[in-house]
Amino acid sequence: MKEIISKLNRQFESRVRLGIMSVLMVNETVDFVTLKDLLDTTDGNLSSHLSALEKNGLVEMRKQFIGRKPNTRYKATDVGKLAFKEHLDYLAKLIGNRPKL
Amino acid sequence: MEINQEPIQQLTEIRNLMERSSRFISLSGISGVVAGLIALIGSGAALVYLDFDQRYFEMNGHFASLENSGYRDTLWFIIPDAMIMLVLALFSGIYFTSRKARNKGLKVWDSTARRMVINLSIPLATGGIFCLILLYHDLIFLLAPATLLFYGLALINASKYTYHEIRVLGICEIILGLMASWLIPFGLLFWAAGFGALHIFYGLIMYYRYEKENLNTEAGDRK
Repeated sequence: MKEIISKLNRQFESRVRLGIMSVLMVNETVDFVTLKDLLDTTDGNLSSHLSALEKNGLVEMRKQFIGRKPNTRYKATDVGKLAFKEHLDYLAKLIGNRPKL
Repeated sequence: MEINQEPIQQLTEIRNLMERSSRFISLSGISGVVAGLIALIGSGAALVYLDFDQRYFEMNGHFASLENSGYRDTLWFIIPDAMIMLVLALFSGIYFTSRKARNKGLKVWDSTARRMVINLSIPLATGGIFCLILLYHDLIFLLAPATLLFYGLALINASKYTYHEIRVLGICEIILGLMASWLIPFGLLFWAAGFGALHIFYGLIMYYRYEKENLNTEAGDRK
């Protein structure tokens, strides 16, 4: 049990971070507003989680302008994808079978 | 912040988010049934009209009837008939789909909807222009197979961004399209089968699989 707990990736402890990574696994890039709608959270909460993930090298941010409106897009890095897959494997091990994702 | 959610709950949420963010899941089964009914009525009308003077079947056998003065009359019936069907089916699709999205508390026009529509439209618009060119060349007997084929290809292309079942529907439409281009005299019947019967059949499958029993659970999920 101790071993299992130590393997738990602290990055994915929060619902929002887990959600961000889930969305970025199946979409090339996603903008801030779409993420906010999907995860049903606030601007501040989402951006603090995103910057934490960015600091740890799990996601990348790209700022651009569409017309005059700023548009911030996020993308999972290879490291981020790997870490998320490991987390999925870990969850699968906990429930004792592989999830069909 | 919830820490250490139950693993199963976490996995359910992950899968839910992956689906919601990459696939358009508000597509309504009822709109398929309604579109199918519209297609059956429209093609039934065409069948009755054409059967009465056998023009369609004559035209298929040989091109003699191109000089036939009745050819233009046929077009003047077929084109408005098709346009009315298209507009009605489109409106019912938009109506029932946005209703389903509203019921589930989802946005209708989000990035997944945009992606699905773009990927559906590219082969579909190509098919539409191709059909206009067929008309320009007076190749009216190829209209039924061409619409079936391009629609099938459009569905297969769009299926990556919505329910998987759409892919199988696309394959069925293509098979019918190929059969219609082989058995030209039965073109209209294949068209009615593809756009009418198949839509009703698929609409019902989608309705029972995703809408009927899910209505209560979905409402519960959205708190």
